[in-house]
Amino acid sequence: MSLNFKPRTQSSDLDPALASFDVVVPAGSPWIHTLRKGQTFRITDLEGNQAVDTLFFNAADIKEHYSLTHTITAQGALYLGLDTTLLSSEGKAMLRIVADTCGRHDTLGGACSCESNTVRYALDKRSMHSCRDSFMQAIGNSDYGLHKRDIASNINFFMNVPVTPDGGLTFEDGISAPGKYVEMQAEMDVIVLISNCPQLNNPCNGYNPTPVRCTVWDAA
Amino acid sequence: MPQSSSKFSEDKLLWNEALPGGCHWSGVLRRGNTLRLTDLQGLANVSALFFNQEEKTERYNMPDTLKAQHTAFLTAGHACYSDMGRVLCSIPEDSCGWHDTFCGVLDSASMEKKYGLLNYQTARNNMHRSGQEGLLTELTKWGLSRRDMGPSVNFFSKVTSDVEGKINFDTSHRASGQYVDVRFEMNVLVLLSAAPHPLDPRPDYAPGAVRLSAWRSGTAGADDACRLSCAENERGFINSERWFL
Repeated sequence: MSLNFKPRTQSSDLDPALASFDVVVPAGSPWIHTLRKGQTFRITDLEGNQAVDTLFFNAADIKEHYSLTHTITAQGALYLGLDTTLLSSEGKAMLRIVADTCGRHDTLGGACSCESNTVRYALDKRSMHSCRDSFMQAIGNSDYGLHKRDIASNINFFMNVPVTPDGGLTFEDGISAPGKYVEMQAEMDVIVLISNCPQLNNPCNGYNPTPVRCTVWDAA
Repeated sequence: MPQSSSKFSEDKLLWNEALPGGCHWSGVLRRGNTLRLTDLQGLANVSALFFNQEEKTERYNMPDTLKAQHTAFLTAGHACYSDMGRVLCSIPEDSCGWHDTFCGVLDSASMEKKYGLLNYQTARNNMHRSGQEGLLTELTKWGLSRRDMGPSVNFFSKVTSDVEGKINFDTSHRASGQYVDVRFEMNVLVLLSAAPHPLDPRPDYAPGAVRLSAWRSGTAGADDACRLSCAENERGFINSERWFL
């Protein structure tokens, strides 16, 4: 499907030299971090076409998590982008996208898993790396009290999963490019859980998983 | 168990009950049984959650379901996947044609804003009940909680998207007597709410009733349309069958 929509983009003035936190998350690695209310969080797609599988939890109550259904129905649209408010499973604002040089992000496609890889590609693909294995590793190795049941449907930043008017779902080559970023402001204290996708079987990351940069600025 | 599933007939009926609009239900549907949902008034929305009865951390996974079948909605020929790569249930027959997968349920605060408050003290069983309240009530009966509430399948509700991603609730496909058959390929804990869809454009709270009819159908045979609808589903059914070896 051709890209017949006009992405809405806006860049940011924030200077990475003034960030309070700055880390490169390698391809295939998980990352977990707490953001405070008012902080600004930027994910930069360093080499382009990467899928950044991301979940948010209320840091004061991990039972409350990012909810795609609340977010979609509240904004009346499937894709995430500039000005989208990311809503929780309790309908509360978790973060708001305040800058975006990519233009559109997926919230329907979820995360790859070694089990779903057996379905999508071949029964013998089970041993390959996957985002849900990364999520399990991150929550298993941390003390946030997170459980498999808390791993809800995630956001795929920089990923392109168009839904056609007749209800088809396709995975397209990314609309991202080296250096594109998405930036959001935390509306509550949130735990960020990222799997920087290791998927080698589909074009969501150009068959070549690459690193991303996570940058955090304190409230001005 | 029959080698290939059989269609509904009165003589195979295990049980039959009506779920009034706005109300909620849960129960276990075992491998080889089919549940027919019938929209009695042409106003129904049935929000459903599915869990593996033997290991409830395994549950319906909406993205895996959509990705495996390259679809954003469900109808005949589709399967509902768990997060463990298995088919929990499949849809051998559907007279409706489109069931929403990505809108979830209306929460109680939004419901009050949309329809006003009508509580038990005033309305008894005709009170306004939200899908969130109904499913949470049923989840709690089985030792689950709001942590376990993922995106539901919203049977009988059609929501489309334009190329920009803007979504639209389509009322034109509603009709009384429409049915969808949900055939269970595993032992599944099923939770249902018949409360209104979050995007239902009707200004009044008027969810329709549904009939639930279960029969011993058998599972998907080698020539089943759901199994053969795509190579992904053939592998998904194999994964389910391995669970029962």
